[in-house]
Amino acid sequence: MAAISRDEVAHLARLSRLAVTEQELDTFAGQLDVILQAVARVGEVAAADIPPTSHSVPLTNVLREDVVINCLTREEALAGAPDVEDDRFRVPRILDEEA
Amino acid sequence: MTTTTLPTYDEAIAGFEPVIGLETHVELGTNTKMFCGCPTDFGGEPNTRVCPVCLGLPGSLPVANKAAIEATIRIGLALNCSIATWCRFARKNYFYPDMPKNFQISQYDEPLCVDGYLDVEVDGKTVRIGIERVHLEEDTGKTLHVGGATGRIHGATESLVDYNRAGIPLVEIVTKPVPGTGALAPEVARAYVTELREVIRGLGVSDVRMEEGSLRCDVNTSLNRPGDEWGTRTETKNVNSLRSVERAVRTEIIRQSAVLEGGGRIVQETRHFSEETGDTRPGRSKETATDYRYFPEPDLVPLAPDPAWVESLRLALPEPPRDRRKRIQESWGLSDLDMQSVVNAGAVELIEETVAAGATAAAARKWWLGELARRANEAGIDLASVGATPAQVAELQTLVDSGKLNDKLARVVIEGVVAGEGSPTEVMEARGLAVVSDTGALTAAVDEAIAANPDVAAKVRDGKVAAAGALVGAVMKTTKGQADAKTVRELILERLGAS
Amino acid sequence: MSDLTRMTAAELAGTIAKGDASAEEVTRAHLDRIAAVDGKVHAFLHVDADGAINAARKVDAKRAAGDELGPLAGVPVAVKDVLTTRGVPTTAGSKILEGWRPPYDSTVVERLRDAGTVILGKTNMDEFAMGSSTEYSAYGPTNNPWDLGRIPGGSGGGSAAAIAAYEAPLAIGTDTGGSIRQPGAVTGTVGSKPTYGGTSRYGLIAFSSSLDTPGPCARTVLDAALLHEVMAGHDWRDSTSIPQAVPPVVEAARLGMTGDLTGVKLGVVTEFNGEGAEPGVLAAFHDALAALTKLGAEVVEVSAPHFQYALPAYYLIAPSECSSNLARFDGVRFGLRVGDDGNRSLEEVMSLTREAGFGPEVKRRIMLGTYALSSGYYDAYYGQAQKVRTLITQDFNAAFEQVDVLVSPTTPFVAFPFGSRTSDPYQMYLADLFTIPTNLYGGPGISVPCGLSEGLPVGFQIMAPTMADDRMYRVAAALESAVGTLTPPSLEG
Repeated sequence: MAAISRDEVAHLARLSRLAVTEQELDTFAGQLDVILQAVARVGEVAAADIPPTSHSVPLTNVLREDVVINCLTREEALAGAPDVEDDRFRVPRILDEEA
Repeated sequence: MTTTTLPTYDEAIAGFEPVIGLETHVELGTNTKMFCGCPTDFGGEPNTRVCPVCLGLPGSLPVANKAAIEATIRIGLALNCSIATWCRFARKNYFYPDMPKNFQISQYDEPLCVDGYLDVEVDGKTVRIGIERVHLEEDTGKTLHVGGATGRIHGATESLVDYNRAGIPLVEIVTKPVPGTGALAPEVARAYVTELREVIRGLGVSDVRMEEGSLRCDVNTSLNRPGDEWGTRTETKNVNSLRSVERAVRTEIIRQSAVLEGGGRIVQETRHFSEETGDTRPGRSKETATDYRYFPEPDLVPLAPDPAWVESLRLALPEPPRDRRKRIQESWGLSDLDMQSVVNAGAVELIEETVAAGATAAAARKWWLGELARRANEAGIDLASVGATPAQVAELQTLVDSGKLNDKLARVVIEGVVAGEGSPTEVMEARGLAVVSDTGALTAAVDEAIAANPDVAAKVRDGKVAAAGALVGAVMKTTKGQADAKTVRELILERLGAS
Repeated sequence: MSDLTRMTAAELAGTIAKGDASAEEVTRAHLDRIAAVDGKVHAFLHVDADGAINAARKVDAKRAAGDELGPLAGVPVAVKDVLTTRGVPTTAGSKILEGWRPPYDSTVVERLRDAGTVILGKTNMDEFAMGSSTEYSAYGPTNNPWDLGRIPGGSGGGSAAAIAAYEAPLAIGTDTGGSIRQPGAVTGTVGSKPTYGGTSRYGLIAFSSSLDTPGPCARTVLDAALLHEVMAGHDWRDSTSIPQAVPPVVEAARLGMTGDLTGVKLGVVTEFNGEGAEPGVLAAFHDALAALTKLGAEVVEVSAPHFQYALPAYYLIAPSECSSNLARFDGVRFGLRVGDDGNRSLEEVMSLTREAGFGPEVKRRIMLGTYALSSGYYDAYYGQAQKVRTLITQDFNAAFEQVDVLVSPTTPFVAFPFGSRTSDPYQMYLADLFTIPTNLYGGPGISVPCGLSEGLPVGFQIMAPTMADDRMYRVAAALESAVGTLTPPSLEG
């Protein structure tokens, strides 16, 4: 049985903001299925009482003093932008809040 | 769309029990942003308070601001919360252009502060509001919608983003659901936000100004029939003043009640409150449930507040506003009800500072809850932002006490002060509003009035003292109201030998 | 002057310090070499000739003024294109960043500049460091100097190939699952992944934040150690940076060069000593073990039972983090924007931009990670992978109770021909089978050449406990003293 369907891949593509083609959907569905079946092996490990590791460094409380540091100039900030208007980053109309 | 007649609030609440909940976001007044050293000062030119970190440029990394962590712990302590001994930041993933990284660094299942409460007074009763959690996250940038009719997102053809605000530390305070408040739910909601604001202002960690957005509120409301399980809740956003908090709950209770009475069902949704109309409207519906794919922020290591540090912060907390108010109430000699109205108006500190500047408590209260409250209400702003300072109010009262202004003139002077024309003395002089107390000028005006109204004067001479009112009016007219009416009256009676 | 390009970094630094050659001459020799051979190798995405000459002249001026020079002053270095360089194009091998000039330097680059090294340019890589062959670079693959029809490893194939082809004596790489070590192995060079947190990630365009580690690439162990000391050390801009002194790696390398490993205990990972590796690779590995034994080292077998789950855990953790890290590439603040025709919505434009800007491997991993983090799947995938990570760390800790370092082949196979593993992504993932456990644990690992198989280089991997990077340099230098360095065939003619 497939671990992931073509429809699920289409949903993932939408969540990931990737306008994938129909052909890509076919290819990715097959490939992701192979990969997911392989990585699902982590489930074989009995780890119910094992704490997860999110960070490999044993550090806590790495904090910065509340002191101002120089910003970029506006020119630097906007230099890489695809589109700028009124010193702001211009984007096309926003339809949905979030999908 | 069918138009239905909405019930009154009393009708609406009669058949239901409301459950409310509040999520409040507070921008901290730190010098720098949450995860970078950019300044947080309000009102800079667009995109001038940004760096690779808060712009989310490739390769940049966050480093947490110690002052923001400390402020959050202090808020948690002031709200009687437990402080986590170990917790992590998490990434909340969703695409939106005001969020530079397309994820927000927030806290998910490991908030910094949990399980507290805040007691508020409503109608002479104490209501304990449970606090679910207090956590820290980063604010978003500001989006300007261009091309639509109203500057709103709907109908806009493009949007412009300024990231100055992106990354400012934002504390989210979430209450537990509050049942059992009955018809008082709107007042309880307002009292909670009012009290919360007092607490945070007292801590000095934020200026908590609702109209500038440094305190923002989302209000959850649901209704159920007595004895039934809690109903489906809606979340009302864009509630940006104390008055609106109350109105939003009231409006939503009325709306939900009408839906339910009509046999309808409440949809769990986000609604937007309109300050202009006072009603709520649904946000665009979401076709799929949002999946934020939270996971521990790998770029930040865990927080593990040292208990000794937390204890030292606890010991340094200021007197809780409620205790302080009790103390103040006694020293001002106010009734519970009077004190309540002072609190509801957000005037405790203003009056306190006005008293400190030399006014009596009664006078200070009269100005702040009277003329100034009226103006704030009209403008739909907080009393503190009305444009007059406590020192100015004290100065105004001094002018009244010394007889330089009468009550009516003082109100005109306030108008000038609020309009930014200067101190009360400056406004009084610039507008030429001082009471005409020079008896020579007044006597002339009185004589003129007597000469112009011989019939009235005759009546007064004949002992019909009440008729003197017409002469007083004439004098006030010629002096453009700048005379003290009592003095004018005495002078008239004296001239006519009727005193 | 062409023999300047054959010198080690240590030799070049000495030559410049003595005045036998100027930093500018050294730089020009390498720029000439790049001009001569990079058409065949394609190690560089951007050569910053002007910047390099200016940096070299500054070193020469300092020397003329009698100022003290650092241990690598004037020595050229190539930088993987995943590290930001102020004003110099930085693409991470992706179309989505084509033409982007960062307004800031990464910490590693800043330290390279401060040390007086001369940055020649930016090297090719698999897009966003996802891959083991450079075939996923949006700008075409790098060719292995040992056989131009074969892959140079990845993701840092450009950095490894640049030093193997004598275009640079030193290079910077980044290692998330083996991206420094595996290219080192298949190009016959030294590639070192420091302890996670030992080198700063500030300015490293993130692939997988909890795994990414910048490190040195060189032709000798000593050179790698010299570069390691220049680039490493605590950085307040990286919250995961370890506030401790850099382990004494140069001293350790010099100690290892004496060829004495008496008292050093090497652990061969049972689970990595048979299955999965080509026979020729295993043979070279065992020859190297024999050589190390001759130098006085004791070799024992140690079991690391959870290492077999490292690859699956990695391919959940890394894609999950990448799906979030790469969300910022949306065509709003920097980089490519596609399809903004005045009618389309932002969501459509973002989706078209990312569709056009990302290559297939990046898209696969973004979707895989999005899946693994989704509610309903999180516990079974991402959550479980993090628990496996804990178990792998426990395996390492138990192993280091018994031995000083762990050893294995670096990668199961020698450089493979282009196209042989691209159709099945999981076959490509196997290249990192032996390197991944170290990334999950956070410790250091180094690959050092140990011989040839079918005429192609084989790498020997040494893994050490966290912040004990010096241990692996000592063993690596000793092995190098026994088996020598490797010289690829000439690229001329």
